[in-house]
Amino acid sequence: MQIDLTVNGKQTFIDVEPRLLLVHALRDSLNLTGTHVGCDTSSCGACTVLLDGVSVKSCTVFAVQASGHEVTTIEGIGTADSLHPMQEAFWTAHGLQCGYCTTGMIVSAVDLLKRNPDPSDDEIRAGLEGNLCRCTGYENIVKAVRAAGAAMRAGDPRHSVNELMPIHPPTVEPPPSGEAIIPQQLQEAKV
Amino acid sequence: MAFTTMVGARIRRREDPRLITGRATYVDDVRQVGTVYAAFVRSPYGHAKITSIDTAQAKSDPHVLAVYTGEDLHHAHNLKASLPVAHKMPDLKTPPHYVLALDEARVVGEAVAIVVADSPYTARDAAEKVVVEYEQLPAVVDIEKAAAGPPYVHESLGTNVAFTMPFSAGDPDKAFAEADVTIKQRIVNQRVAPVPIEPRSMVASYDAGMQQLTLYSATQIPHLLRTQLAIALGLPENKIRVIAPEVGGGFGAKLNVYAEEVVVSWVAMQLERPVKYIETRSECFQAMIHGRDQIDDLEVAAKNDGTITALRLKITANMGAYHQLLTPVIPTLTMLMAHGCYKFENIAAEVVGVFTNTMSTDAYRGAGRPEATFFIERAIDMVAQRLKLDPVDVRRKNFIASSAFPHTTATGLTYDSGDYETTMDKALAIIDYAGLRKQQEELRKQGRYLGIGISTYVEVCGMGPSAAMPAAGWDSATIRVEPTGSITVLTGVSPHGQGQETTFAQIVADELGVPIDHVSVIHGDTDKVQYGVGTFGSRGTAVGGAALKLAIDTIQAKAVKIAAHQWEANPDDVEYRDGKMQVKGDPSKSMTTAEAGFLAFMGDKLPPGLEPGLDATRRFEPPNFVFPFGTHICVVEVDAQSGEVKFVKYLAVDDCGRLINPMIAEGQIHGGIAQGLSQALFEEVVYDGNGQLLTGTLMDYAIPHAEQVPHYELDHTVTPTTVNPLGIKGIGEAGTIGSTPAVANAVIDALAPFGVVHIDMPLKPEKLWAAMQAVPSNGSVR
Amino acid sequence: MIPAAFDYVRASSVDDALRLLAEHGDDAKLLAGGHSLIPMMKLRLAAPAVLIDIAGIPQLDGIAASGGRVTIGALTKHAALAASDDLRKHAPALWDAANDLGDPQVRNRGTIGGASAHGDPSADYPAVLQALDATFTLAGKGGTREIRAAEFFLGMFETALGANELLTRIAFDAAPNSAYVKFHHPASHYAVVGAAVVLTLSGGTIAAARVAITGIGDAAFRAGGVESALQGVNPNDAVAVKAATAGAARGVQARADTFASASYRAAMADVFAARAVAKAASAR
Repeated sequence: MQIDLTVNGKQTFIDVEPRLLLVHALRDSLNLTGTHVGCDTSSCGACTVLLDGVSVKSCTVFAVQASGHEVTTIEGIGTADSLHPMQEAFWTAHGLQCGYCTTGMIVSAVDLLKRNPDPSDDEIRAGLEGNLCRCTGYENIVKAVRAAGAAMRAGDPRHSVNELMPIHPPTVEPPPSGEAIIPQQLQEAKV
Repeated sequence: MAFTTMVGARIRRREDPRLITGRATYVDDVRQVGTVYAAFVRSPYGHAKITSIDTAQAKSDPHVLAVYTGEDLHHAHNLKASLPVAHKMPDLKTPPHYVLALDEARVVGEAVAIVVADSPYTARDAAEKVVVEYEQLPAVVDIEKAAAGPPYVHESLGTNVAFTMPFSAGDPDKAFAEADVTIKQRIVNQRVAPVPIEPRSMVASYDAGMQQLTLYSATQIPHLLRTQLAIALGLPENKIRVIAPEVGGGFGAKLNVYAEEVVVSWVAMQLERPVKYIETRSECFQAMIHGRDQIDDLEVAAKNDGTITALRLKITANMGAYHQLLTPVIPTLTMLMAHGCYKFENIAAEVVGVFTNTMSTDAYRGAGRPEATFFIERAIDMVAQRLKLDPVDVRRKNFIASSAFPHTTATGLTYDSGDYETTMDKALAIIDYAGLRKQQEELRKQGRYLGIGISTYVEVCGMGPSAAMPAAGWDSATIRVEPTGSITVLTGVSPHGQGQETTFAQIVADELGVPIDHVSVIHGDTDKVQYGVGTFGSRGTAVGGAALKLAIDTIQAKAVKIAAHQWEANPDDVEYRDGKMQVKGDPSKSMTTAEAGFLAFMGDKLPPGLEPGLDATRRFEPPNFVFPFGTHICVVEVDAQSGEVKFVKYLAVDDCGRLINPMIAEGQIHGGIAQGLSQALFEEVVYDGNGQLLTGTLMDYAIPHAEQVPHYELDHTVTPTTVNPLGIKGIGEAGTIGSTPAVANAVIDALAPFGVVHIDMPLKPEKLWAAMQAVPSNGSVR
Repeated sequence: MIPAAFDYVRASSVDDALRLLAEHGDDAKLLAGGHSLIPMMKLRLAAPAVLIDIAGIPQLDGIAASGGRVTIGALTKHAALAASDDLRKHAPALWDAANDLGDPQVRNRGTIGGASAHGDPSADYPAVLQALDATFTLAGKGGTREIRAAEFFLGMFETALGANELLTRIAFDAAPNSAYVKFHHPASHYAVVGAAVVLTLSGGTIAAARVAITGIGDAAFRAGGVESALQGVNPNDAVAVKAATAGAARGVQARADTFASASYRAAMADVFAARAVAKAASAR
């Protein structure tokens, strides 16, 4: 059947069989592979996306159920050019190691702060009950959510990856056309 | 440009931008044109003869490309049908371990057939159409029963005992005869499941023109896997490429050669289509290796002053139905560490490996060492309890003294360095141990049960000297200085969360004086990276980083020659200082590594006899293991009515030598503690008497959620090591090793008023509640 | 992980849903939030040929509190119940359960009607709704009928909901002194034991009590013995409450699993019933 999903703000029509899980529609029909599958009993939360603005486990929703509704995936939460404060906080606080649970964790945490903008550590831990992590022991995840909350309450602007971790290409004068390609001099990269 | 020190800095990870934005490529994100999908048919029985497999209905499904059974593979050209196992003992029984079961399935979940279809959905449907007839056989799941006699997992062996390995040191009999007290205790170290959030995942493709097989696999050991695939598939090794892209957690469980990896690769070669297999979580619980599963029968001899004089130890270790790569080796590591950080020399031990109709055990975070630390730390507490001494004092009495290093243990390890007492004292001071004991006493009067648990651990890691582990001990690094100044590092280790893309860049940035942004660390692709052993056994930085340091040394030596030549100076008079080269004592002339690299590329200004290019490939052979250590202290309260455990405090003071990036090291400890406390309280893999897996989903098998774990307070001490040129001790597993006994000791300490001496893990509320039905010794009523 | 194939239709109204149910008979299941049904389908423990999606039926959700009576639409999501100040005031036991059920993502999808109709013996609502003595309104071909909670939950995954019926409303008298307390299974977070208590207080003692327990047997049940024993008891008198809640699960065949034995479950029924009594009497 043809369904109509608005994903990260863009209306998209795809053909699916009714049993296609939303997570598979996102990953395979739309190539949004940032959302992950970690289990088969709706336990781990790696597949968490926002459906009409609230966190859901996309492995426990059929794509057909979401037809006519809005989905936000990690790709819509923030990008390298414009990181969501939650993404930045996870980065700064080292709230991830292997990264597999991270995208679902970030989306859950974004929804958590929407409902409770200034949560206590206990409220953060309870609010992430639907997301499992095996690497971090949750310590830095809690730190990250706390920091993101503070940043959002303060109205901090979004940053890009480049602002926070610039990649500096070496500055080499491009040769005027017709000259040899090999540069004659190597200069220090400007910071 | 200002020079800053990267090593020791808590800089954010370079891996993270792609991970936090969902732009990383895990195996299931690999997209190849023409991919088809595999599903496995698996045995629903713990032990059964396979009497027939009817694939006709599945094969006639229009979505299905192929169906293969064990028969098909067993007779296939060039497919070596049995999976490899690392041998360590002469009498080891290694029954065949076919990649698809042939006549008999010996564990629930054993793969019996593979179906390949045009989508994961149709593959699952088609797998249900394969009709397998089984004749159930008696199964044995209990290791003590299995060790004693039939039914046999492998009938032709006439036994379930895979090996016995005795060990003896000193004169334990004499020590026992002269002991003031002896304590006998059976300690169960229960089976657990690793549960990385990414299950096993693989895509195999075969380029028939180039005759090249490419396997993407979520593996911790891409090169070793390549070698084993070459053997299994009968392909030249240089015609196989293994790629570990982003890997979603391993914990030792992805350090292996799995049947599925061999079968999916072989099938891809037959079909000449990329074949993708992503296991479900249920399959992962059944068919990914499990951890631990030992029964440790202990007898401890001690003096009245708390000195432990001898240990008798029988380790009965559950192999599972078959060996996987390191299955029989793991419990031998337990024996190696039986004495922990204590100086007693008299040990009589025996390790017995036993087959049962369960999944194979193998390396899981700590791999044999958590089991040893667990029983020795429990033994210390039991000795303290029996002699009415403070467990801190018993530890102090028995520690290897800080002046006694290097110390050769009774089991033949040489601890290069250590200072157990200083670290313990630091932990005791931070947590105010005396205050806690007072608080405990007060609460007991109110009928509340606080428990304080200490664990002073040492662990053996930085795997390891090749003499101890041939083909798994050394590692490699290549550094290339590119013409325009960026640095490419190719590391033979295979990180999957450990952060070497950052820490190695930190080291290179400091030593070669380049901006860290100019350093790329590449790993996990056997076509790109020189042979390396991989990431496991807390070796990534201790061994892989050491290889990196050797490569840095070679680069520096050559760069110095190039710089000296420009200045007409003697290379011996040119040094690296703060990442730049200069003539000793004359800062007016300086040159960067990048400039030397550019000269090496141009080639026209090099000293005679020096080849162009600035790169190096080096390998580090560890002269020894490394021995991180620490003290973990856990405080819990046990609810008198329900047996529920609440964490009050958790403190870890660890010593892993030099810290390249303290934030990353702390993260390893956090995660390790979570897994360790989870074994103590929540996790157990349970099979019933028929070999049915009762804990086969995340609904039954409890890995902790955020609210089930406490905040961890961390501190550290730094005791240098000279085992490797970086002074690194490895930290990946230490958190798990130290935490399990700290938590268990705390819970059992809480129940001391009820006369409890030991309770086996997991310390579920019901067990504690049952123990608390006794009248407490302090008379207080609940 | 992959469910068997099925056909999917959306119902636009209650009548439409009933018509589709009648048309497809045993082949069809209703789909609301899906968080009871879809997990079963993914493990292929359920394989309906037709799913009738009722999530979009208007006016089947909402919480109305008036005249001392609370009425909740069957399609009301757990998250809405959990966020409702009205519910917290008028029936804190249900508010407790809604806040503790599953996890935030599950609460954003699952509905009280779907969860109740599923009849899971370890679920939370069956205990709470029995303690609240709730009335269920079921719509069928012939009109609507009402059934009390005590007669709704029949056994393991078995309720009084007919094959061609749709649960539309759940209603009960306000119960300001009520609470629900749960012993979480460490993996699934389902109730190993869950105790719901509704108290009528008079001059500092319990005038009447309704106590319902889930997680023990095949279905949640009212602990009649405890209800009688609690009469006249001061809920802040821990010793008296403990005595009154003893044997809460008497007469019920308790289940056993890898986490907890039958006898432990039965013993915890007492403990959690006592905790629920204390919480029900406390200021919320």
